[in-house]
Amino acid sequence: MGYVAIKGGGQAIEGTKEVYDFLRTRQNNNTQPLDSQTIENQLRLLHSRVISEGGVYHPKLASLAIKQSQGDTLEAAFALRAYRSTQPRLVETPVLDTKNMRITRRISSAFKDIPGGQMLGATTDYQLRLMRMELLNESPERFCSVAKTLLEKTNIDDIPDTFPKVLDSLREEGLLPEIDDSLQEQPPFDITREPLIFPVPRSAALATMARAEQGSLLAIAYSNMRGYGDVHPTVAELRVGFIPVLLPHPITGELTEVGEVEMTECEVVAMYEGHEGDEKSTFTLGYGACFGHNEVKAISMAILDKSLQKGMKGEPDNPSEDPEFVLLHVDGIDSMGFCTHYKMPHYVTFQSDMDRLRATQQKQSNMESI
Amino acid sequence: MSVSTHFGFLDEYAKKEIRRTALKAVAIPGYQVPYSSREMPMGRGFGTGGLQLTLSLLGKGETLKVIDQGSDDSVNAVNLRSFIEMTCPGVDTTTRTDEADVIQSRHRIPEKDLREDQLLVLQVPYPDPLIIVEASENKRKVLHGEADYSRLLVKLYEDIVKFDEITISHRYPTRINDHYVIDPSPIPRWDVPKLHQSPALVLLGAGREKKIYAVPPYTKAEPLAFEDVPFRVEDFTGKNGKRRSCQRCGCTTSFLDEFSESKYGKKIYQCSDTDWCNEQMTKVSVLSDMENISGNIEAVEVISG
Repeated sequence: MGYVAIKGGGQAIEGTKEVYDFLRTRQNNNTQPLDSQTIENQLRLLHSRVISEGGVYHPKLASLAIKQSQGDTLEAAFALRAYRSTQPRLVETPVLDTKNMRITRRISSAFKDIPGGQMLGATTDYQLRLMRMELLNESPERFCSVAKTLLEKTNIDDIPDTFPKVLDSLREEGLLPEIDDSLQEQPPFDITREPLIFPVPRSAALATMARAEQGSLLAIAYSNMRGYGDVHPTVAELRVGFIPVLLPHPITGELTEVGEVEMTECEVVAMYEGHEGDEKSTFTLGYGACFGHNEVKAISMAILDKSLQKGMKGEPDNPSEDPEFVLLHVDGIDSMGFCTHYKMPHYVTFQSDMDRLRATQQKQSNMESI
Repeated sequence: MSVSTHFGFLDEYAKKEIRRTALKAVAIPGYQVPYSSREMPMGRGFGTGGLQLTLSLLGKGETLKVIDQGSDDSVNAVNLRSFIEMTCPGVDTTTRTDEADVIQSRHRIPEKDLREDQLLVLQVPYPDPLIIVEASENKRKVLHGEADYSRLLVKLYEDIVKFDEITISHRYPTRINDHYVIDPSPIPRWDVPKLHQSPALVLLGAGREKKIYAVPPYTKAEPLAFEDVPFRVEDFTGKNGKRRSCQRCGCTTSFLDEFSESKYGKKIYQCSDTDWCNEQMTKVSVLSDMENISGNIEAVEVISG
């Protein structure tokens, strides 16, 4: 058969599945397969990333997606998204106030101290990135004792459930624009049910970035930070924690907590711009939020929200200010899909390409011979 | 916890949206209708736009054909077909162009003329022909609305100045019903004339770019060209000045794939449309049987076996 690369296509595909799974399972006999709890806890941040890019808060399926994709974040997020396609959208929650977040970490780089205090929580920010050789051969006993010891020496009652928001105090001082209540009346743009037709409202931009691929978002935000743009943000507040999700009770209609989702939220303050009429100048804001614990993503998003607001007002000066440029290029499922599609057969189009080149070459040699 | 076994994979709201989008596309020939486009369990770029159309339009008792590069057995076609078989119980699949109610295809339109009762779904990577001259979708939308394709025509003209040839090889910009110019998907120029006054409805789906558009039955489809530089399809004239024929079935009127045979590196030409090729083979072998020319049949069998 040789050249007809087509016969047995089905068999070949089956073969790829087998060998892909072989690589997942070839470790020695005593190995335990990864369970979803292990992935959710020990690969906590990988799990966060996938749940955020997958765009559906389903911790168990996110773990499964990581397991079956062998740790590829793009593939794992992709599997979650495809699962989401099979699910109808049944209800909408009311707007959830992040003031009610059960905080695990919150910081502000704008002030030394903030109402409620800086709560560093779990972060690698000030850790030395030295190899922790002791983890190479970690015994199960030592492993279990770490969490236990920490809980024993912590008085949980000392930790407040919620913290005031830094922005509220800035707003009270008149340093920020007043909240425009009319915005609450506008239903948010649902990117899962409507295509982006430019110009898009800010809520469409925020939703797109909330499930964007982290690296893509970071790269474009970084271009702004370095100088292709001038947001120069100050992190007014970055908080990580769990937000209670409220839904109307099916019988009483009363708002009832149905669960909570872990989120990272970042609010950046940027310098003031021109003012209108009698209004006084105020700082401007950028907002970022995503599922899971993912600070780089939330900060990148907040910076891009700010730069996009500038671009939406007039002509963008930089790629990071151009809504089309940013929003159409940050989705991991789209970009990785199109990238990998180049591996598919392109015999027919290449045949056409050769036809054009040969025709052009023929004409060029005819010219030479004249 | 089990994966959804809903008919056609997508939930009914999604299918309804796609059907309505397709209707709008038929009503405004060549206009790219935006739709929300769900993520499918295969890569964006692997035919998810076509797949969403197919899944939304197929019903029980209908027959489907899936091809990629003209072939039913190409890995991607196999993959799409088995996914549709898995999610659409009661739908038959076929490799015969004749037998299919719906044909989903990537990069080719079948050689055989389609009928009124058939539907062709083409997979589209780039829905907008203006993208080569204008990067911003917002600006392109205005150009389409005003049927302003001057920059495309300038691009064609510049090609002629630079190369004495229009260099667009596939995805050839084609004007539909005297207004919208479409990207007809990466079909070769060879296939573009088949869109013109096609008895079958042609639906084009771009999943990643979230657009659906259509060439309705019996609608004008004219590739952009100049009066003095006409549109030309791929040329398969050999060095001897004769039209090349398919090495397998001998056909001299089909679009050919060119490749090097793996053993001796010899150049081989073969029909890209495998169903067409098989059909010609049957004709050849019937003829050969009648004429009792056994040599020919052996040659054919060696190649096909």
